[in-house]
Amino acid sequence: MIHLIMDTFLRYLKEREQEQLVKILSFMFYIFRHDDLKEMLDSNKDSLKLEAMKRIVAMIARGKNTSDLFPAVVKNVACKNIEVKKLVYVYLVRYAEEQQDLALLSISTFQRGLKDPNQLIRASALRVLSSIRVTIIVPIMMLAIKEAASDMSPYVRKTAAHAIPKLHSLDPEQKDQLIEVIEKLLADKTTLVAGSVVMAFEEVCPDRIDLIHKNYRKLCNLLIDVEEWGQVVIINMLTRYARTQFLNPNINESLLEDSSEKAFYASDDEEDEDKKAEAAALVKRKPYVMDPDHRLLLRNTKPLLQSRNAAVVMAVAQLYFHLAPKAEVGIIAKALVRLMRSHSEVQYVVLQNVATMTIKRRGMFEPYLKSFYIRSTDPTQIKILKLEVLTNLANETNISTILREFQTYIKSMDKDFVAASIQAIGRCATNIGEVRDTCLNGLVQLLSNRDELVVAESVVVIKKLLQMQPEQHSDIIKHMAKLIDNIQVPMARASILWLIGEYCEHVPKIAPDVLRKMAKTFTNEEDIVKLQIINLAAKLYLTNSKQTKLLTQYVLNLAKYDQNYDIRDRARFIRQLIVPTDKSGALSKYAKKLFLALKPAPVLESPFKDRDHFQLGSLSHLLNAKAGGYQELPEWPESAPDPSVRNVEVKDSVCARRTVLTGPEGAGSVPVNMILLAHLTESDSGSGSESASASDESGSGSESEESGEETESEKEEEDEEKEKKRKKRLDKTKAKKPAEESAERCAIHTSYQINTIAPSGSIKMYELLHRITGEGLAVEYCFSRQPFSPDPNMVAVQIQFTNNTNSETKNLHIEEPRLQSGMRIREFAEIGLQPTGESVTVVMGIDFCDSTQAANFQLCTHTRKFFVSIQPPVGELMTPVFLTENDFKKEQGKLMGMNEISEKLTLGEKCVNEHVIVERVTATANLSRVPCGSDKECRFAGKTVSSGCLVLVTVTTKEGGRAQLTVNCEKMVIGTMLVKDIMQALSQ
Amino acid sequence: MIHSLFLINASGDIFLEKHWKSVVSRSVCDYFFEALERATEPENVPPVIPTPHHFLINVLRHRIYFVAVIQSEVPPLFVIEFLHRVVDTFQDYFGVCTEAAIKDNVVVVYELLEEMLDNGFPLATESNILKELIKPPTILRTVVNTITGSTNVGEQLPTGQLSVVPWRRTGVKYTNNEAYFDVVEEIDAIIDKSGSTITAEIQGVVDACVKLTGMPDLTLSFMNPRLLDDVSFHPCVRFKRWEAERILSFIPPDGNFRLLSYHVSSQNLVAIPVYVKHNISFREGSSQGRFELTLGPKQTMGKAVESVLVSSQLPRGVLNANLNPSQGTYTFDPVTKLLSWDVGKINPQKLPSLKGSMSLQTGASKPDENPTINIQFKIQQLAISGLKVNRLDMYGEKYKPFKGIKYMTKAGKFQVRT
Repeated sequence: MIHLIMDTFLRYLKEREQEQLVKILSFMFYIFRHDDLKEMLDSNKDSLKLEAMKRIVAMIARGKNTSDLFPAVVKNVACKNIEVKKLVYVYLVRYAEEQQDLALLSISTFQRGLKDPNQLIRASALRVLSSIRVTIIVPIMMLAIKEAASDMSPYVRKTAAHAIPKLHSLDPEQKDQLIEVIEKLLADKTTLVAGSVVMAFEEVCPDRIDLIHKNYRKLCNLLIDVEEWGQVVIINMLTRYARTQFLNPNINESLLEDSSEKAFYASDDEEDEDKKAEAAALVKRKPYVMDPDHRLLLRNTKPLLQSRNAAVVMAVAQLYFHLAPKAEVGIIAKALVRLMRSHSEVQYVVLQNVATMTIKRRGMFEPYLKSFYIRSTDPTQIKILKLEVLTNLANETNISTILREFQTYIKSMDKDFVAASIQAIGRCATNIGEVRDTCLNGLVQLLSNRDELVVAESVVVIKKLLQMQPEQHSDIIKHMAKLIDNIQVPMARASILWLIGEYCEHVPKIAPDVLRKMAKTFTNEEDIVKLQIINLAAKLYLTNSKQTKLLTQYVLNLAKYDQNYDIRDRARFIRQLIVPTDKSGALSKYAKKLFLALKPAPVLESPFKDRDHFQLGSLSHLLNAKAGGYQELPEWPESAPDPSVRNVEVKDSVCARRTVLTGPEGAGSVPVNMILLAHLTESDSGSGSESASASDESGSGSESEESGEETESEKEEEDEEKEKKRKKRLDKTKAKKPAEESAERCAIHTSYQINTIAPSGSIKMYELLHRITGEGLAVEYCFSRQPFSPDPNMVAVQIQFTNNTNSETKNLHIEEPRLQSGMRIREFAEIGLQPTGESVTVVMGIDFCDSTQAANFQLCTHTRKFFVSIQPPVGELMTPVFLTENDFKKEQGKLMGMNEISEKLTLGEKCVNEHVIVERVTATANLSRVPCGSDKECRFAGKTVSSGCLVLVTVTTKEGGRAQLTVNCEKMVIGTMLVKDIMQALSQ
Repeated sequence: MIHSLFLINASGDIFLEKHWKSVVSRSVCDYFFEALERATEPENVPPVIPTPHHFLINVLRHRIYFVAVIQSEVPPLFVIEFLHRVVDTFQDYFGVCTEAAIKDNVVVVYELLEEMLDNGFPLATESNILKELIKPPTILRTVVNTITGSTNVGEQLPTGQLSVVPWRRTGVKYTNNEAYFDVVEEIDAIIDKSGSTITAEIQGVVDACVKLTGMPDLTLSFMNPRLLDDVSFHPCVRFKRWEAERILSFIPPDGNFRLLSYHVSSQNLVAIPVYVKHNISFREGSSQGRFELTLGPKQTMGKAVESVLVSSQLPRGVLNANLNPSQGTYTFDPVTKLLSWDVGKINPQKLPSLKGSMSLQTGASKPDENPTINIQFKIQQLAISGLKVNRLDMYGEKYKPFKGIKYMTKAGKFQVRT
């Protein structure tokens, strides 16, 4: 065929003139340019095809157009060689948009791929198919996505999630259908899918918050196992979600600030209104209780601060900044400071965010002040940001160190940086009154610097500082007047002139002379300087017209013929205003007032002020302008939306009961629970404590009530009793609902923990049945310290059966529990069959009634019965409670006198530091640490599982390894036993 | 998310482009070139450049700008971190990440980029997974490929992405099972004129090279884990275990990886291993300046300080330096005014010094800025914080691995102000 064309071409040549030749040749070259490639692609050797594809891809990479090869390449889409195939995909995705019709040829291959038994082939087919931007295949894509979304393989489902935004950008009309798919995929329980589907959610329907409710807890719990990129997207989305669903944890503080401010500014006539507002504020200031879901989010994101990925760390940091109670935000500082060691681009972004944070929460970064010190090797943009942070961090206590640091900075070789340092000094001086004079003196010394830029910058800053207290500094103004001969930088000259004009009364002798000099050079000055000369002239005319009348006239005349219209206008305006003529208007009487009015000193503030209305870590925050697709961070709601929307119905006996209840009756019960909850947690309000603990209490409250009544009702008739019981159980379950939820959530949480992390070795195993006495059946148990989900008043006991016999053990179950009065047991489900050599772990619940009496029962197999007993150490009878320092003290105050047991002890050799003490105490008793200001004291809090009595433990260390242990608990027996156990643990 | 990627070399040529969504014309890079021109130094280009329709996020590494084109809101660190990950991957594959290496392996680069992002969202960034998908080019493999016509693309489909430990390849086999750990600590410090420490911190990393068969489960414990103030882990480390017991428990990726990076709390006094005596002065009026520098070991725990390199940016007014080193060699670049002195090992008996004079521009006044001195050094067999690995245990596999630990201390950003 080529010969044919060449022949025509030669004939053509004869007919045409020479000049056309070049044009045609280039055209021919264009056509035949890729001829060899085409030939290679058409050959049946894979190696040739591969070579051709490699060359084509190299051309694409360089940005060369190879679209003319499309038909030849697309033919190879079904090639057996996997690398050729992949390269064809690359080509196809790149050019499909331009060659829509031809691209359709390849579709059937992918459709076949979608049905492949291998999940990876299905996924890759979907990936390429969805990347082909051809509108005709939208229905095919939609179908493929829908099918893939319910694929068996999570990897294919992940690919489906990735395909959703592709289809959405190709055809936005598919949105509704795509949202359905997103909803379905959001319910997916695998970590592989979670990140990708949230990304799709963010691109397609970020405003459909309602889709998240049901998946919120799952997302929180999966978070740590999601791949890092998915984590970033999920955390950012959850930040927005939390802002719409939970209450502001700092609401009480902000209200306090507001009201005090109001009181300060209140004027008399507003008093009444003010009182009303205050009253309203008081009503609003009810104790804040953190939603357990809010706490869940904070708790589950915290470990991610340790991620190696800077984006993840930043995402968690912004989440804490926007959502956490003030007291807890501090933990992000350390992680952010760590990021500063990273690449300079990472530093740049982190510093921008730190700068914004330091304005709102200065205290957070104060301990890390030195990490922001500037090195001469830092790039200028990093230096300037660090300077910004240092300036924001400056306060009365550290200003002297900071200023000393700044002094070395102004000697730097980087002049832009020096200028910024001078500005920073100026800002420190305005913010901190004590150092104003020192700064001013330092800056005046800089005026003799050799570098003109340094001098100019100093002049500008000094001008701003002088404006604050001009009276005391007339000698500085004189000094500056002298400088006008040397400084050439327009901004500095203008600043000096303004200063002299403004304070001409302080320098009555010098001012007219300066004007004389300036009048001489007027024509050669920059515009900004000219304006200030006119200004100076006007002010002098008003104050000292005797000496300066002629000079002013002269300057105004010069300005009248200036090239710049601004200057001409200004001159005309001023002449009318100050020079009294017949026609001059009423205004000229006030000329003096106009020009010499007292001007407020400028406020030097950070460019990062108020940037925090953008979500931190976002592109919009960095640019301080809304980027396309930015989702506003919503304000906190006034009152929390219904938290029950996040409840998930799990197929579990406990939950099934609850689901029945959420009928007409259940709906009414929700607010009651809320009030109960709020009431119970009032004592630890603001602590943001787990309301799991509170709800546990509510459960136990109704529990004890019930048991009390139960004994009474024993005498009554059976029928009545039954009915009563049923009613009560209804009530009980209603009241316990939140408790169950949280327990359930914990159960989800723990089960997931067990999956990912092997149970830690610190839990002590006890022997229930020895291998020999058990005739081959060995039973061990431990206190897993997890909440027992079916009944929060029970202690969870994890039992492990190991079958060492040669035969199977059948029907493992519990019989005939012999218990002390009040004790209860919830047995594990019968283990039907245990093959030889295997271990089975089950969890049972025992309510020990807060005593260390043993629970005795029989362990039965299909052949034998064994008498066994479980005796709990006192430390296992409690569960942790999260208190703040204040709440701890408050509670401790209530438990004085005989409820307090105090003992002195000598710490064991290994108890050298706080950490060991914490470890020992928490190993002995299931308590949680309470934050504490002093490093000499460790505090722990918990409550007994059964009755919910608070147990507070304080260990105060003293000189020479001595220490004092204090336990506050209403139950004295528990207290005494606990003291004994902890003493033993600590003195080992 | 990430729309397109452009690779730009130091002379401003776009030598590679890749698009993940519809094609963005390369003219968008003009905004980048504008910013590049405005910036005085190459590292002063702002990482994020807004343009009317797009945002350009760039990182500079190995004198190549990696410019990503973004169309809508995305966390900037997300993109920056990803770009760095791309560079790390290239380095892992080709040994170096230079323009030449990328151009030589353009097809592999393209295949990698294709796998790393799907529609602009990161898909596979773990080097273990990528290596299963696309085999890194080696000389041997290139030769074999040209003879047999086989390919770099893995014949098997990758299973790593599907497993519970996505960072580890399956079916790893070695004849020699070995696990090496390098504890490398860097001292960041600013020393002031009088020799007192203004700020000093220790940043450390534990890099691992693990070549073990099967699915080993390792635990690594330290003698003194309390030293570590702030840590960040490779995703393989079980965080809960660390929280509870301060033990690193993990199923390692195959090959080289960074297990842990840590920060030693600044409350602990940081030992400064070297001291500098300096006298750099310029006399008013004369065109000569004096330069004297002596280095000496300080708190080195009896170890030798090696590979010492001193560099300093002298003031612009300095025309030339005429110096005399007692050991090593020095260079002075009259254009950039960068003085660097390759000292080598510090001998405590005979301290290295560099003395001589600098000539200044005649007529110019004495420069009022003082140069800072940057020092690099290495100390083998020492972790300056005192961190020690206690033991390494392996579970889950039967064989006995060969284990090795190496310690090293380096200077990080170590500066002396004069």
